[in-house]
Amino acid sequence: MHRREFLPLLCGTALLPLFRSVDVAAATPASEIRIGLTPVFLDDQLDFLKHWRGYLSDRLEVPVRFVQRGSYREIVDLIRSGKIDFAWVCGFPYVRFKREMRLLAVPLYYGNPLYQSYLIVPASDTTTTSLQDLKGKVFAYSDPDSNSGYLYPQYQLLRAGEDPATFFLRTFFTWSHRKAIEAVGVGLAQGAAVDGYVWDMLSLVRPALAAATRIVSRSPELGYPPFVARAKMPEHDFRKMQNVLLAMNRDEVGVRLLKTLNLDGFVVGSDLLFDGIADMARTLAKSRP
Amino acid sequence: MKLTRPAALSLRYKIPVRVITLVLITAFTVTASMVFRTYDEIRRDLVAHSAGLGRVLAGTLTAPIIHDDLWRAYEVVSSPQRHDAGEFETLATEIVVVLDPEFRTFVSTQPTRYPLGINPAQLEADFTQIQQVLGAADIGIQRLIEPPQSGSIYMVTPIVADGVLLGRLVLGYSRQVFIPRLNDLVTRSVLATLAVLLVLLPLSAWWARKLADPLVALAQAMDKMAVELPDPEKIPALPPGDEVGRLAKAFRTMLIDLREKEQIEQQMLVSERLAAVGRLSAGIAHEINNPLGGMLNALSTFRRHGAHDALTEKTASLLERGLTQIKDTVAALLVETQVASHLLAHEDIEDIRILISVAVSDKSARLVWRNQVSGTLPFSSTQVRQVLLNLLQNAVQAIEHGGLVECNTYVENDHLMIVVENDGSYIPKERLPFLFEPFTTGRAQGNGLGLWVTYQIVKQLKGGLDVDSHPGLTRFVIDLPFPEST
Repeated sequence: MHRREFLPLLCGTALLPLFRSVDVAAATPASEIRIGLTPVFLDDQLDFLKHWRGYLSDRLEVPVRFVQRGSYREIVDLIRSGKIDFAWVCGFPYVRFKREMRLLAVPLYYGNPLYQSYLIVPASDTTTTSLQDLKGKVFAYSDPDSNSGYLYPQYQLLRAGEDPATFFLRTFFTWSHRKAIEAVGVGLAQGAAVDGYVWDMLSLVRPALAAATRIVSRSPELGYPPFVARAKMPEHDFRKMQNVLLAMNRDEVGVRLLKTLNLDGFVVGSDLLFDGIADMARTLAKSRP
Repeated sequence: MKLTRPAALSLRYKIPVRVITLVLITAFTVTASMVFRTYDEIRRDLVAHSAGLGRVLAGTLTAPIIHDDLWRAYEVVSSPQRHDAGEFETLATEIVVVLDPEFRTFVSTQPTRYPLGINPAQLEADFTQIQQVLGAADIGIQRLIEPPQSGSIYMVTPIVADGVLLGRLVLGYSRQVFIPRLNDLVTRSVLATLAVLLVLLPLSAWWARKLADPLVALAQAMDKMAVELPDPEKIPALPPGDEVGRLAKAFRTMLIDLREKEQIEQQMLVSERLAAVGRLSAGIAHEINNPLGGMLNALSTFRRHGAHDALTEKTASLLERGLTQIKDTVAALLVETQVASHLLAHEDIEDIRILISVAVSDKSARLVWRNQVSGTLPFSSTQVRQVLLNLLQNAVQAIEHGGLVECNTYVENDHLMIVVENDGSYIPKERLPFLFEPFTTGRAQGNGLGLWVTYQIVKQLKGGLDVDSHPGLTRFVIDLPFPEST
């Protein structure tokens, strides 16, 4: 297994530094910390990521690598299989694979480890008032493993007695909240459910993109996408990372980075936060044969 | 202001106007051909570009279509429009539509204009035509479709995987893409033409001046000809070879010829008049001479026979003196043709020097004397001496006190040349034609027969006589050819 992974790695060293970092790290666990990122935030701000990585490397005294993939599922699989050390994932995969990962910290958004799912429509659509109005329309989900972008609208439809599979004329995944907002903005989809935090951030960073959409409704507050560690993370390393995150809002650089993320800090958090998501996940699972 | 007909414009203006016209015609022609060429090129570029882009997009779209990944498909089709095309913006696609095999919209860059699952042929005439064309087409062929009366052209690329038609990619371009580039071309061409005109105008004006000035001078000289012959020296000299140069040269030659002719005509007029006067005076002289001879004879006889009282004697004497004076005058008019005398020799001319020296010293004048005649010449010494003496007497009379008289006599090519000059008062131009007529004199003394006699002698000897007189110098040149019989 190792051998087979190692061969293409040699060939692609120069071209694929991300692959290298993961695989080499797997071979030598202590040499660097690998953190998986999902589009639960604006993960395309590469300049910010550079600074954040530097900050974390500095505080952990170990080189840090960020690992990004095209979907939540790939990052979730990497953390489940222990190929990365930490990951910033959505509450939905966390409640599903709770046994294969360990809750590390939860970001504080406006002082609480909570966020909402927004139902959005194109700004030109002034008539839609609820998800029910979008029956027979084209709807964009962000990711099948997203709480705000998939689980919540599915759950809502189930509760309203609709069949999520046939309610819309057509659905598609954009694999990120930001792109779901874009899809609604250009009119490709007539509606989408997105991470409220991402929409708020986008309205700050790229106001034109967010302004092309209109928020129809907001979900109840749900557990904010948490940072998790792989299940077999040594306690010492776990604590060290946890302390660095919890201390971020106490030093100047950390505050500046948090400000870019529009977050207030991190708390240890508890599984109770994600009970709401867990309920919805169970409902959805039961609806499927 | 009087309007001049274009044909009557001076070359000075005609040439620059023609240069401008030619430049404009050239610029217009070149620009027009470039515009057509560029239009063709842009169109070719557009077709090549859209064909390539179509193939790339169609290849990239295969997976999203198979996976029914709408967002991915949208990202693919909108990617050509996402990035700022910069200077290649004119080739940017106006729309991209992906149609499924049933001609329904799968995805497009303008989702609101082409809703998913709707056949765009129901919405837009252009797509109706595209559908008609594609209906008969082979699925695997990329086609350029230009619906008539449409502002757009379409590149349709089939999306095929493993021989199965998954859909069709339609790239729409506005024909407007040509306009900025063509505008740019025309603008640049206009600027270039203006720059060329800026250089050519002064150049052509200068050229026109260079060409026109001599022609204008020639034309003005020709206009003046009717009134008076212009001075050939004032005709602009141009480098020969050129037609204008040749024209100027020919004109100058013509003027010189005309002047000579005019002079000859005047000379002929003078000599004819002199000849007429000569004939008249000779006739009169003869008519007078006969009765005069009789009268003098009778008078002589009368005085020789018998003694007369004092009064009669006095009267007879008075009559004789009067008749003698008439005879002398008539004799002077009748220049003797056959005078028996010896041939001309060096000493004969020297004698004249002695004869004139008294008058010269009276005026304290200076006499420059160059007598280069040696031996004897086949001329009657009397006639030549008469001529020389007349000329020298005139010369001495003409000079001021202490003036200069010069006399040259020499032989050249069997011609005897006599040149007499003085620095005295000159002969006015208007007097020249009558100079040799008898009884015309510019002075108080003299009977006005000196030059008449001189002229008659020279004519008899078949010689030439030339007068050149202007302030400071009056020169008489006598040219006597040796008689042929000798």
